[in-house]
Amino acid sequence: MTQQTDIVIDAAPATGEAAASPFKEFWGRFSKRKVAVAAGIFLLLMYVIAFLAPVILPFGPNSFDYMNTLQTPSALHWAGTDEFGRDIFARLMNGAKLSMFIGFTSVSVGAVVGILAGLFAGYYGGWLDACTMRISDVLFAFPGILLAIGIVAILGPGLTNVIIAVAIFSVPAFARIVRSGTLAHKESTYVEAARAAGASNMIIMFRHILPGVLGAVIVYFTMRIGTSILTATSLSFLGLGVEPSTAEWGAMLSTGRDYMMAGEWHLTLFPGIAIFITVLSFNILGDGLHDALDPKLDRE
Amino acid sequence: MLQYFLRRLFALIPVLFLISLFVFLFVHALPGDPARVLAGDNATLEEVEIVRRTLNLDAPLHEQYFDFISNIVQGDLGVSLRTREPVTTMIGRAFMPTVWLALCALGWSVLFGLLSGVISAVKRGSVGDHVGMFAAVSGISMPPFWLGLLLMQFFSVQLGWFGTSGFDAPADLVLPSLTLGAGVAAIMARFTRSAVIEVIREDYIRTARAKGLTEKLVIWKHALRNALIPVVTMAGLQFGFLLGGSIVIERVFRWPGMGSLLLDAISFRDYAVVQAEILIFSLEFLLINLLVDLLYAVINPKIRYS
Repeated sequence: MTQQTDIVIDAAPATGEAAASPFKEFWGRFSKRKVAVAAGIFLLLMYVIAFLAPVILPFGPNSFDYMNTLQTPSALHWAGTDEFGRDIFARLMNGAKLSMFIGFTSVSVGAVVGILAGLFAGYYGGWLDACTMRISDVLFAFPGILLAIGIVAILGPGLTNVIIAVAIFSVPAFARIVRSGTLAHKESTYVEAARAAGASNMIIMFRHILPGVLGAVIVYFTMRIGTSILTATSLSFLGLGVEPSTAEWGAMLSTGRDYMMAGEWHLTLFPGIAIFITVLSFNILGDGLHDALDPKLDRE
Repeated sequence: MLQYFLRRLFALIPVLFLISLFVFLFVHALPGDPARVLAGDNATLEEVEIVRRTLNLDAPLHEQYFDFISNIVQGDLGVSLRTREPVTTMIGRAFMPTVWLALCALGWSVLFGLLSGVISAVKRGSVGDHVGMFAAVSGISMPPFWLGLLLMQFFSVQLGWFGTSGFDAPADLVLPSLTLGAGVAAIMARFTRSAVIEVIREDYIRTARAKGLTEKLVIWKHALRNALIPVVTMAGLQFGFLLGGSIVIERVFRWPGMGSLLLDAISFRDYAVVQAEILIFSLEFLLINLLVDLLYAVINPKIRYS
């Protein structure tokens, strides 16, 4: 580490380059984590293929073919066909788009609400902090899936309601992460300097404190997408998510289980693998980001 | 210690109040007229009115809330709209199967998680460590309902070792508890690994090694004893999650527990049961967290002064 620093210092005057930007430093550390990089590339590739699927694949996710029902995997149908002769691979690709949409949208909504709540609670403290933290305690008092089930029980099943349920279930964790970061940063010298220079509370919160806590938020955001996909597919599996006929991984597993006992293993195997690999990739990517954002780990 | 206990207990009061409010408003949050929803689609106007009067839905909201709380305190959770049975009786029947399931899952996952976590920490950076930690991330990422289906397909359908559904014999606990505990075992393994790594850097471990103690004794007696403090806390917290997580697993294995009861109640729009179940699930989750915090304070005196 010391050697690297020396090289940068020596090189700077000769080349006229400034010291490495925080992003470059982060990228340098992240790119060393090969498994995390591989997980990121895998996710990127999967979603590119999923978006190109309607152009590449000869079958749509809802193309019925009653002459070819329950076919095992073949060169024509890579993951076989379901009880209506629909191509399982095409449905998996549609499920990938849907799960990404659910995961990304719900976590984004949860993150925005949680970040705002945590930032204001941590910065202003007092009754605002007490109220925010009590509400967050209440949301934490429900096991995640129970909270999601409760919300869907009130709102009814459906894609939008699943997104709302998963978003609400993400809010308290983001609020806590940002609140504790805000508490740590608001007493720091650079914030005091900004305050002394006449910066308003909003400027201090959004321009000075928020960038400092974003690292932890990004790590949690990535891991949360995996958890949200798991929750959303669980809801669909229980019949509380999207319409059972939708090409969504949880719904596919739910209908496939009826045929599993009759030996039609491919109906449950492939949607399960799809969920597993996607969530695994998000978790590995999150772990990699966490390690890359924590410089202490490099020195060990 | 007593002061800490009282402080924690008082901190629980606003949370309990908000939970009761949330559960109370559950029926009022239903789209449309709650009396109409609760009476069912085919109910006549008179029947809807009877439901409204019986459940006191025509009274002001604060009065309804007061009635709701006093009924709960007296152990009256209402009557199932589907079976006309007291909800307390239904929950009493479903409670123990879920507790057994969660306890079994916790037992094996703590044992397995602890063992693999310690081995990974001691052999840090080795192939075994990488494999163990990859297995742990996989355990966290595995959809539990899919794992349940795979285990059922292999052990029940193909090998015929276990039944596919229900809870008639202790052996029926094996597959559902393995499925339920997989995620927790993975979390425990990761957590134990970092706790042990943290502890083995401490001076007293260096002293123990310098004294000439064997590595086995240093790890299992000195390091693990201190690493166990956060691990025990984590295990306790996971028990609450297991109770909640059992909802999905119970559906896969048709387990006659709280989760199945809740899902059936949702599909039959039996809101009295849904309301009671959400209340019980969150209360037990909260109480477990409180107990774990108190246990942590007993084990680690430093926490009491914070």
